[in-house]
Amino acid sequence: MVSPILELTNINKSFGHVHANKNINLTINKGTIHGIIGENGAGKSTLMSIVFGLYQANSGTIKVNGKEINLRSPKDSIINGIGMVHQHFMLVENFTVLENIILGFEGELVFGKNLEKAKKDLKDLCDTYKLNIDLNSTISDLSVGFRQRVEILKSLYRGAEILILDEPTGVLTPQEVDELFKILRSLKEEGKTIVLITHKLIEIMDLTSEVSVMRQGEMVGHTKTENTNKEQLAEMMVGRSVLLRLDKSEVKAGEVLFSVKNLTVKDDLDVTRVKNVDLEIRSGEILGLAGVTGNGQTELLEALSGIRKVESGEIYLEGKKVSDSQKFLDPRELKDKGLAHVPEDRQRMGLVTDFKAYENLIFGYHDQQPFSKSSVLNHRDIISHSKKIMEEYDVRPQSPNLITSNFSGGNQQKIILSRELNENPKVLLVGQPTRGVDIGAIEFIHQRLIDMRDRGAAILLVSVELDEVLSLSDRIVVMFDGMIVGEKENKNVTDRELGLLMAGVV
Amino acid sequence: MEFLYDIASLINSTLRISTPLVFAAMAGIFAERSGVIDFSLEGKMLMAAFVAAVGSYFLGNPWLGLLLAIIACVSLSMLHGFASVTYKGDQVVSCVAINILIIGLTTALAAAWFGQAGLTPTLNEDQRFLEVNLPFAESLRDVPIIGTIYSDILSGHYIFVYLAYLSVPLVFWIVFKTSFGLRLRAVGENPSAVDTAGINVFVMRYKALAINGVLIAFAGAHLSTAVNANFFREMSAGRGYLALAAMIFGKWHPKTALVACLLFGFTDALQIRLQGVELPAIGEIPVQLIQAIPYVLTVVLLAGFVGKAIAPNAIGQPYIKER
Repeated sequence: MVSPILELTNINKSFGHVHANKNINLTINKGTIHGIIGENGAGKSTLMSIVFGLYQANSGTIKVNGKEINLRSPKDSIINGIGMVHQHFMLVENFTVLENIILGFEGELVFGKNLEKAKKDLKDLCDTYKLNIDLNSTISDLSVGFRQRVEILKSLYRGAEILILDEPTGVLTPQEVDELFKILRSLKEEGKTIVLITHKLIEIMDLTSEVSVMRQGEMVGHTKTENTNKEQLAEMMVGRSVLLRLDKSEVKAGEVLFSVKNLTVKDDLDVTRVKNVDLEIRSGEILGLAGVTGNGQTELLEALSGIRKVESGEIYLEGKKVSDSQKFLDPRELKDKGLAHVPEDRQRMGLVTDFKAYENLIFGYHDQQPFSKSSVLNHRDIISHSKKIMEEYDVRPQSPNLITSNFSGGNQQKIILSRELNENPKVLLVGQPTRGVDIGAIEFIHQRLIDMRDRGAAILLVSVELDEVLSLSDRIVVMFDGMIVGEKENKNVTDRELGLLMAGVV
Repeated sequence: MEFLYDIASLINSTLRISTPLVFAAMAGIFAERSGVIDFSLEGKMLMAAFVAAVGSYFLGNPWLGLLLAIIACVSLSMLHGFASVTYKGDQVVSCVAINILIIGLTTALAAAWFGQAGLTPTLNEDQRFLEVNLPFAESLRDVPIIGTIYSDILSGHYIFVYLAYLSVPLVFWIVFKTSFGLRLRAVGENPSAVDTAGINVFVMRYKALAINGVLIAFAGAHLSTAVNANFFREMSAGRGYLALAAMIFGKWHPKTALVACLLFGFTDALQIRLQGVELPAIGEIPVQLIQAIPYVLTVVLLAGFVGKAIAPNAIGQPYIKER
């Protein structure tokens, strides 16, 4: 009964000097859910983009159902029954669901009879897989979970037998993930083959029957999922043993260092995004803020760090009022008072990616001794400081003169963290500290945050990764639609409970 | 009666003056909906005017002049595509280069071929487009209202005027009712979505630019072989930029762009009409002030309304497939 539907042999792909895929061999059996796991930058997405015809391999062969095929563009893949749901959705936001799905497969020059047939076919597909999508809604009105379903429906409509999903759960709530997995299982029951690309071990264990592991562009192992476990997979991914659970000592929380009273914040479009929020963070405590992206966390973090105006309410640092609607301290003044901020979007707000590492390592502190004297930068001291700090924070490669964009995501994040943590702030606001960061670096970053807490800092951790919030925080608050909808001690709270709060159900 | 006639002649000139703007705005819609900025409407219009006049002069037929103008403009569009689509150069820079090139090229070629800097010989009646009198225009002229509308406003225009206004529903239909239009709009919003649907992004953008070249050629030919009987230096006089403004003001939509073109055409017609007119209490308005009306209006409209116009999402960005 087991027959291979997709066979890759000796696939090679380079981008300039980067050898993204080295002699990859992979066999995927029909009717299975096959996981491909690896760290960011391991080459998973590149490999699947080759299978989808988006990139062309430098060498190697691809067989579908035993027949060798030549993939020059996604069109060839679609014809051969391969569909892909990309990490960043390939949807036109101001088009309707229907328009997005028929794009490229309109069937006729002028819309008419075929459009009606397409509608009927799509309704049937929606019913079969319980997708529950309104074909006439505009993509921009849909939630992320529904957009993903549109992508799945799109692939099915185009006749996909093999469906590749690239990191599909990164943007979903736990409930949405459950829904997605239900859909994927029903697809499998109908005989479709699913390829799941992910870096989350739990998804592999939950959903797949076979798993392949990639590391640094190479395929390092294949196994049946039932014959392996998370620790073993993590070790294969990283190439050394990894601590999956953090060692966190009990620390007695001290006095309140940072507090927010009745805070309301509006966004650039004058929409109220943070509604009457109260927060208190104590010394030696990590307060985790969980929530689905776009529920006001970004605006809250910006207001707390002095980037965004406060509409009403007050912010206190060490018991002293620093900001209200009348006057507020800017990021520089807050920094001087011992507040550090690691922004959510590191490439937009945390770094100047075109600058060299040493420049980014001193930003915000560049006008202080010893980095500058009477407004002139002291190059030698900056470089020696950068070298020291890059070693301390394990930034790789350790070259202060390298352009920042050439560092991997994890190392860019380490650059920001080292800059902010080096000043020993009393209060640390940190947003999405490990977004797009590989497992090895996550472990390191988490350990540093715990160290900060143990030394008595008050930390606000904003993250959409529930696992991260659960493993780091002492207390957890959940934000939904701009409000704090729940607060839990992180002793006996489950991700179920948090998921329901995040979805605004409770 | 005098007043009614004034209004009729004002509308008549509005239709005529707006014609090149309408062609150019429609051309711009194709390019920009596909995600390619077209600042070079001005240069292409000028090129078309020159080629149409010269072609018609040598070949003795304005239609052949128009054909050559189309070929010239499509070539320029392809050049723009080559620089900014294939080689992913900056789209605005490519357009500015084309505009500057054409100003110099037309002036120099006119000087070389005809001995007059930037001027081509006057075309005779066989070599240019003549006004089209609609059937029964003369006999209906005396019928009240209908006669004025039909004979004084609608009849007696150059062929391009009719073509321009017919092109608007056609463009609307192509952009919003055909599969080509769907792909065109998609490629300007999210080229990755088009690529993953198995459609070649580059081919789509070249197709859009080709249509853009054809449409803008009509605008140029209208200037040099219809309303005028020769080409003169920089005769496009900023109409390409004005059309671009109208297109943005019209939110990249053929119908609203048409309204914007007509508005600009009307202010221009009005300023011509107002020149030398004595207004009660004020007296004669200085001509410079009147001539400034269209430009002032442009600035006011753009400053006041364009904030709400949302450009195609991927405009100005070359499509890069591999990282």
